[in-house]
Amino acid sequence: MSFLQIKNLRKKIGNVEVLKGIDIELEKGGFLVLVGPSGCGKSTLLNAIAGLLPLTSGDIVIDGQVVNDLHPSQRDIAMVFQSYALYPNMTVEENIAFALEMRGVAKEERAKAVAQVAKTLQIEHLLKRRPSQLSGGQRQRVAMGRALVRQPRVFLFDEPLSNLDAKLRVEVRAEIKALHQNTHATIVYVTHDQIEAMTLATKIVVLKEGMVQQVGTPAEIYNRPANLFVADFMGSPAMNMLKGKVTAGGGIALFGNGGVTVPMPPSISSALPAGKDVILGLRPEAITDDGLVDPTARAIAHVEAEVTMIEPTGSDTFVTGKIDGASFTARTRAEVVVELGQTFRFAFNLDKAVVFDPETGHRVV
Amino acid sequence: MSAAHETVSPGSARAARYVIYAALIFLALVYLLPLYVMLSTSLKSLDEIRGGDMLALPGDPSIAAWVKAWGEACIGVSCVGIKGYFWNSIKMVVPAVVISTLLGALNGYVLTKWRFPGHKLVFGMMLFACFIPFQAVLIPMARLLGAAGLSNSTAGLVFVHVVYGLGFTTLFFRNYYEAFPDELVKAAMIDGAGFFKIFWRILLPSSGPIIVVTVIYQFTNIWNDFLFGVSFSSGEASPMTVALNNLVSSSTGVKEYNVDMAAAVFAALPTLFVYIVAGRYFVRGLMAGAVKG
Amino acid sequence: MTTIEPMPVVVPERRKPSLADGLRNGLPKLVLAPSFAIILVFVYGFILWTVYLSFTTSKMMPIYKWGGFDAYYRLWSQPNWYVAMQNLAIFGILYIGICIAIGLFIAILMDQRIRAEGVLRPIFLYPMALSFVVTGTAWKWFLNPGLGLENTMHNLGWESFKFDWLVNPKMAIYTVVIAGVWQASGFVMAMFLAGLRGIDGEIIKAAQIDGASTVSIYRRIIIPLLRPVFLSAFIVLAHMAIKSYDLVIALTGGGPGNATELPSTFMYSYTFTRNQMNVGSASAVMMLMGITAIIVPYLYSELREKNQ
Repeated sequence: MSFLQIKNLRKKIGNVEVLKGIDIELEKGGFLVLVGPSGCGKSTLLNAIAGLLPLTSGDIVIDGQVVNDLHPSQRDIAMVFQSYALYPNMTVEENIAFALEMRGVAKEERAKAVAQVAKTLQIEHLLKRRPSQLSGGQRQRVAMGRALVRQPRVFLFDEPLSNLDAKLRVEVRAEIKALHQNTHATIVYVTHDQIEAMTLATKIVVLKEGMVQQVGTPAEIYNRPANLFVADFMGSPAMNMLKGKVTAGGGIALFGNGGVTVPMPPSISSALPAGKDVILGLRPEAITDDGLVDPTARAIAHVEAEVTMIEPTGSDTFVTGKIDGASFTARTRAEVVVELGQTFRFAFNLDKAVVFDPETGHRVV
Repeated sequence: MSAAHETVSPGSARAARYVIYAALIFLALVYLLPLYVMLSTSLKSLDEIRGGDMLALPGDPSIAAWVKAWGEACIGVSCVGIKGYFWNSIKMVVPAVVISTLLGALNGYVLTKWRFPGHKLVFGMMLFACFIPFQAVLIPMARLLGAAGLSNSTAGLVFVHVVYGLGFTTLFFRNYYEAFPDELVKAAMIDGAGFFKIFWRILLPSSGPIIVVTVIYQFTNIWNDFLFGVSFSSGEASPMTVALNNLVSSSTGVKEYNVDMAAAVFAALPTLFVYIVAGRYFVRGLMAGAVKG
Repeated sequence: MTTIEPMPVVVPERRKPSLADGLRNGLPKLVLAPSFAIILVFVYGFILWTVYLSFTTSKMMPIYKWGGFDAYYRLWSQPNWYVAMQNLAIFGILYIGICIAIGLFIAILMDQRIRAEGVLRPIFLYPMALSFVVTGTAWKWFLNPGLGLENTMHNLGWESFKFDWLVNPKMAIYTVVIAGVWQASGFVMAMFLAGLRGIDGEIIKAAQIDGASTVSIYRRIIIPLLRPVFLSAFIVLAHMAIKSYDLVIALTGGGPGNATELPSTFMYSYTFTRNQMNVGSASAVMMLMGITAIIVPYLYSELREKNQ
């Protein structure tokens, strides 16, 4: 049985329906990441789970208990906020102990719990300081300590890394991951950063305009996106979306008047009626130079195209190709010799292709 | 900083700076002049005032006028000085400031962190109350205080000042708490703190500056009030400002300008003292009262 | 879209909201209620009461007998009221105009990286901390025709100097303006200075690179950017002008004669000394209408802007 259930959750703010019937389940010890662009309702959903916003309809169940009408403090949850929300007038120690104090835990026990959490997070030397005397990373850690000390049933994280600089973000991300692996805590985590979602989650929920677009493991979401939105949102640079038409031979004719026809692996072509308009989705890493081709691939097509942009990242190079006004991005080796304006031979690995219906936007296969 | 760099030659730039300094110093002297005249007159004897120049320093400084103003000057029929009225003002100001500040803090807290439908209308109505001409409530208030047996009493004036100060104190705290992160309140809610605990443990410890601003603003306003004082009190129950006006405008006997000025200095002293000690907060209060919303 | 697994058969336990929850939800409103009730009764209720009185025949005491527009008719046929309105117009226009002009002027001077700003600022502002009664008393002495400024000028050798505005019915209202400007212009200066400091320095730098002189930077860029401060200053000063009572009482007592009568002094004397409470109420209602016309649109726009 699921540990956290969200059933047909709806939330109206004014006349706007911000959450339009959300259904999510999470097993005990799972790491659920809610991801989506700003305004998709992910923070609203998290606040609703915390009890900070009243629901319009639907149920939130934690460990078999409907918590809809429970005050946030009675839901046995802890939350790490985007701004960390450390109480500015209290020391780190007092911040961490505050929730225990409010629950009437005896002083010695509080001290013991704080000491233990401080040890886990390696912030023992900061206990007497005030939040204003801490760096961003330290504040983040204290905020986590404040959540950990409670040993709640569910941890809620509201974009906890967005106020850190790029390097620190990667470090703390790894720490959160390690923390989850060591404590087996149940976590709901909100972010707009798809890399955070991919690296941390055991389960990802992609939201858009208050509706769930897809629920799945990171691999499912990345490799088999349910629709164009998910395909476009997850992954950077974004997935290439190429308009095409299914040919009689089971391939797909791409680029304008069908200048290039690429073959499809049988698993895909069998599901496509000839003559159908489709959108072919191919991630940049599935379009490479010849030297990087996956030797196990069953369907490779070589396409010659004009190079319109070259973006070296150091480890590899993103090359933009263009045919008949349609552009695509390829991920090539850093050593590959390309020049602007020249024609380059790209290798399309169609084993990795996903095909969408242009009308519904849903994945066909 | 918006000061524009001089784009002209160094020589004329320096000349321009001399002009600016000269203008500022002149203006500063003009602003200081009335205070100087008030002080120096209060230290002169009546003969020196009549025979001498207003701007001249006192030839033989004496605090006789101060002593007389404090303990002997005649206000109305009683000649016991202004000291009683000074204490009247203190007794009126202290409770009125404390009560209105406390209520304003709670109101600001509710109006920002515990919003309810219609909170904007409630705040708007409280805000408008700051600006009404008090002439529009003078008669009913006089009737009410009379009926409640509070007319001509300090308690009545405290009540009036609390009522008509509430809008301002609420405004101050609302604007301050508006900028106070909501996430802190949410965190405290999850941590299990209730309405008053959150206020007492989380917001109030961070409210130092706005408490100072509000207390100073209220103190200055209530101490300096004249209209309520003159309308709802008389004789020995009057506050300082009313007594000063009675002293200065009485037409009986010899006009003792030095005593008048000494009394005016007494009336100005508490607010000037606050201004000198905490001028920064005083200005901030004025600004907050001027730029609303 | 994923398919949702069939719901488990176990019915989750459900807790009804208790009385304590209800109290917790109502507590904030309960805390605000007394203050709001006070404002409702003692501001809005009392205003209605005053409006009602202005339609009665009240004289020395309130009489709740309907008198229609009689009080307003009598108010607007009082020469005194016209004097008060005219004085308010003179006082208001000059007070607001001069305060803004001097305030802006000093603020611009102060904005030229002045070394002694910390000393000068409090000097321009201290009058604002004084009671109007103290200000009036001080200026009454300072402008005293026999012993004040006039005497000083004579001592300095300017024998023909004459300054009797305080006792000259034609000029007395201008002494109120002088004292009022002295008191409030420093505050207006502080408002402008805060506005000047809030202007983005990069805009100024851009203008300098564009070749604008200091004067044209102020005239074309900075002063137009200060528009909101002009508005705030106008509102504050207009509001103070209409309410001004203490200053006139302490400085001129409304005289000589009725030369410095203002609506505020008119209201007070008709209500409490001339025993025409209905006329006094009617004048208070006129004052309220004047302030409402200025303040309400301003508050409305301020509160609305905040939401965006």
